[in-house]
Amino acid sequence: MISKVTTHLSHNEQLIFERSQPGRAGFSLPPLDVDEAALDEIIPRQFQRDDNLTGMPEVTEVDVIRHFTRMSTWNYSIDQGMYPLGSCTMKYNSRLNEKVARIAGFANLHPLASEAEAQGALQVIYELQQYLAEITGLPGISLQPAAGAHGEMTGVMIIRAFIDARDGKEKSAQRRTMLIPDSAHGTNPASAHLSGFTVKTIKSTAEGLTDLDHLRELCGHGDVAGLMLTNPNTLGLFERNIREICDIVHNAGGLVYMDGANMNALVGVARPGDMGVDVIHLNLHKTFSTPHGGGGPGSGPCCCTKELERFLPVPRIVAQTSVCDSATDPKNEHRLKSVPLRLDFNHPQSIGRVKAFYGNYGMMLRALAYILTHGRDGLREATEAAVLNARYIAYGLVSDYEKPFDSPPMHEVVFTDKKQSRKGVHTLDIAKRLIDYGFHPMTIYFPLIVSGAMLIEPTESVGRQELDQFIDAMRSIAREALEDPELVLNAPHSTRIGRLDEAAAARKPVLRWKPKMSGKEPLAVGRA
Amino acid sequence: MANVPDNLHYSKDHEWVRVDGDTAIIGITDHAQEQLGDVVYVELPKAGESFAGNESFGSVESVKAVSEIFTPVSGEVTDVNESLNDEPEKVNKDPYGEGWMIKMKMSAPAEVDSLLTSAEYEDFTKAEE
Amino acid sequence: MRYIPNSPDERAEMLRQIGVSSTENLFDSVPGDLRLRGPLNVPSALSELELLKKFDAMADRNDAARRISFLGAGAYSHYTPTIVDHLISRSEFLTAYTPYQPEISQGTLQAIFEFQTLVCQLTGMDIANASMYDGSTAMAEAVLMAERVTHRSKVIASSAIHPEYLDVAHTYVQHAGIELQHSPYDSESGATSPDSLTGLDDKTAAVVVQSPNFFGCIEDIQALSDKVHAVGALLIVVVTEAVSFGLLRSPGACGADIVVAEGQSFGVPLSFGGPYVGLFATREKYARQIPGRLVGEAYDEKGRRGFVLTLATREQHIRREKATSNICTNEGLIALAATIYLETMGPRGIAEAAGQCTQKAHYAARRISGVEGFSLPFSAPFFNEFVVRAPVEAALLLATLARERGIDGGIALSRYDASRPNDFLVCVTETNTREQIDALVESLS
Repeated sequence: MISKVTTHLSHNEQLIFERSQPGRAGFSLPPLDVDEAALDEIIPRQFQRDDNLTGMPEVTEVDVIRHFTRMSTWNYSIDQGMYPLGSCTMKYNSRLNEKVARIAGFANLHPLASEAEAQGALQVIYELQQYLAEITGLPGISLQPAAGAHGEMTGVMIIRAFIDARDGKEKSAQRRTMLIPDSAHGTNPASAHLSGFTVKTIKSTAEGLTDLDHLRELCGHGDVAGLMLTNPNTLGLFERNIREICDIVHNAGGLVYMDGANMNALVGVARPGDMGVDVIHLNLHKTFSTPHGGGGPGSGPCCCTKELERFLPVPRIVAQTSVCDSATDPKNEHRLKSVPLRLDFNHPQSIGRVKAFYGNYGMMLRALAYILTHGRDGLREATEAAVLNARYIAYGLVSDYEKPFDSPPMHEVVFTDKKQSRKGVHTLDIAKRLIDYGFHPMTIYFPLIVSGAMLIEPTESVGRQELDQFIDAMRSIAREALEDPELVLNAPHSTRIGRLDEAAAARKPVLRWKPKMSGKEPLAVGRA
Repeated sequence: MANVPDNLHYSKDHEWVRVDGDTAIIGITDHAQEQLGDVVYVELPKAGESFAGNESFGSVESVKAVSEIFTPVSGEVTDVNESLNDEPEKVNKDPYGEGWMIKMKMSAPAEVDSLLTSAEYEDFTKAEE
Repeated sequence: MRYIPNSPDERAEMLRQIGVSSTENLFDSVPGDLRLRGPLNVPSALSELELLKKFDAMADRNDAARRISFLGAGAYSHYTPTIVDHLISRSEFLTAYTPYQPEISQGTLQAIFEFQTLVCQLTGMDIANASMYDGSTAMAEAVLMAERVTHRSKVIASSAIHPEYLDVAHTYVQHAGIELQHSPYDSESGATSPDSLTGLDDKTAAVVVQSPNFFGCIEDIQALSDKVHAVGALLIVVVTEAVSFGLLRSPGACGADIVVAEGQSFGVPLSFGGPYVGLFATREKYARQIPGRLVGEAYDEKGRRGFVLTLATREQHIRREKATSNICTNEGLIALAATIYLETMGPRGIAEAAGQCTQKAHYAARRISGVEGFSLPFSAPFFNEFVVRAPVEAALLLATLARERGIDGGIALSRYDASRPNDFLVCVTETNTREQIDALVESLS
């Protein structure tokens, strides 16, 4: 490896507060153009700020541009290369979608503008609802939840509302158990808890699928409100007994919730509604390519059967009269134009609002653009390419890493560090060493049921050469783990900073900058 | 190899008990702290609180995990190791000594007899792996 | 399909290499009767040109986006410096993932640390998280946190809080064993009086109040705080118009225990209601009870400073059902936009923007109250929003104003409260010129 001659200036960028110089300013506002009243007369002195906002940084526009431009160079991102993060679906974030989201007629539209004046905006919501209903096979839909976990909470609350309505308050109090597989994502039990459920865990079989016998047993006590599962599951395996699973739960009086995080393996191939699933949430920031933005925003639509529609959050976006089928004839805008779309609050059994206004609208615009850009054939093609890429990686790594499950994976595949850990190299080390090869690490230590799990999901957005590079990198690390373990254990070597002492950070958390910080003066990175 | 002192009693939840007359001194084992990793925070009850056997009395957090801690015996808490607030790493460095967590006045001292001996605990942890 | 790097030929070659006979066979584990036999019933693909035409046509129908606007009530028109959108559009910020691997996410992590610091400075609190979905869900989570901290199950919320925020809070608490009561606001002043908190007792976990409230009135947080703390309850303060932090005394300085806010005013487009960003700040002693992500300072073995997600044991991926929240995302990119906005504006810019908002709003209020038949029903001081009482039905009046004068004069309160047919809420920001305000006044006459 060639090391750099000097470290670039951008590595020494401090916090903005450390750049601040009194008297600098970056703002530009026109002068006040109305008669100025004495402030004390319009706002009593006791309500006024008296600290001059001290501590807030004083910098110029150039400072801000340099500051964030330099900081951005410290980030890995999808545009640079693959993120093999299982369960995250890190696909290409189209710039066309960004352009659409910024069209002034959407970007400048106030959410409380009258319905008549926001028909175009409502049309976006309405169309997206239709297409997502088609994709999932579930006709009821709300785009209000702002993220996957939010959509999950919504879905589980819908189950609760259904059971309360069906059984009456007294009887439904007996049904407070939510079944969740041991391979589930942490948001699942957390969301169940928010709806007043207690969680019971279902085991997985040696094959990595839901243990039907255990499921039957747990369903035999009359206290099951529902089952939350992911399909394909978090091991990347399709639950082929899904119909039977749904039957078991339905016969026991419960409903089936599906975590839609892995929809990238299903779009255009199979539909949750056909499997017997009652309610699902989708992640627009996964399957539908809206950008991750360093941790958000997301959007987590909730889709459900006709029977559950009445519990969906309000307002619902509906058409006044029946509308022509824009799905088959999208360019015929005239019919849709003349049909008013409105906000419908008249759903007394709704679980209520889950967020102010209508949801993360900007992400809906992007997701709709994604669907229309792919079209019916492109959507299926994306799914096929995603599964093929994962299968290709599985094939390429199986000789060097332990693959705990034999079944062919769908869009993601899980490996363990068993072969490497004998020499003292663990999943965390492999992940950190992968950084030196120019990749973002895969998902590690999830799902919890696989010890030392490495969950890899390439998505369809990766070309063959890059897949080969990734496979080669992983195989090289496997060799290093045997021949030169220190190299892996001390990775990464090529980054601006090394592994951070997270234990110290958690013991004495410093969660903000303060003037004149005591303790270590931060070293300029280049000096080491 | 995790340390398993002879003079202590053990639970299947990886707590140890040192008996001193009516008092039980309780903490988590060397095996447990190894599994957890660097301890960053310990949540403990207040003196005066009572717990039944096998009841959760607090939790231990590392960077990536959190574990509840259960009292192997029943009784009333008489003392709490407040120094763990500032130095939670004591649990890692000296789990049987300075890393002690609570002292309890036992309500049923005979409960100690149903706990594991050091040999039984050692076998138990080996079987778990 | 141009977003899929491997051509059909390359894919065919890959299939051969891994020994799968056809694309269909990739889905062998999906039972045949579940597999779709035909394509989805969605349109065929649109080219970039066609797509943009379609969206432009839809955007054109949104007349309200082009109008002079005095709309507020939880979403505000402020001027965003040009560089905000430019910087958040950088690939490395836009397309980056959650910073779970700190070595290659320092850009995101340092930005969040700065965001957390700025939120603390504005709210006057000790710690702030990396953001919530929006102000309404932040408020709901604050209510849940108060129950966790105090182990009490009653919460009193002022009726002068944004009605949609109250709705969200009710949804969140409905199965959490929390009783959410409403306390009335004073019909003369429009504010919440400490005396109106009749349900306040030692079973109260928290009192929630918004300031400036839904009617634009500034609440006396200090007076409320004294009464609330006397019974050992927490005071939660909600702020929907974040620019008000530039002028008004911070809730922290007035005794708030938790401050939540909508950050949309900080450089975030209206975008028909989202994505926005929720601010959440509290006292140091509650650090382990706070929901959401937290970024902390950390050092590597060479002593170099970095930043890392910390105290993760509160969160769902570790604590699961005992987590402080089920939240998994923060509003990443939007929080970044707010951070860049705040750093660009700086303390003087924010104070100036806030100052202009209130001066222009008071100018508008003075002039409107001078129009025959119009009055301001509430007497409490206000920041940049105020209620106007018209001599006619407000909804009709505003619709006429929009249609005939091209002005969105405000929000009819009848939208939320049928007992107020003639009232409407006017919001004035630094983006409203004197000409626009005068035009509004003229058209009301």
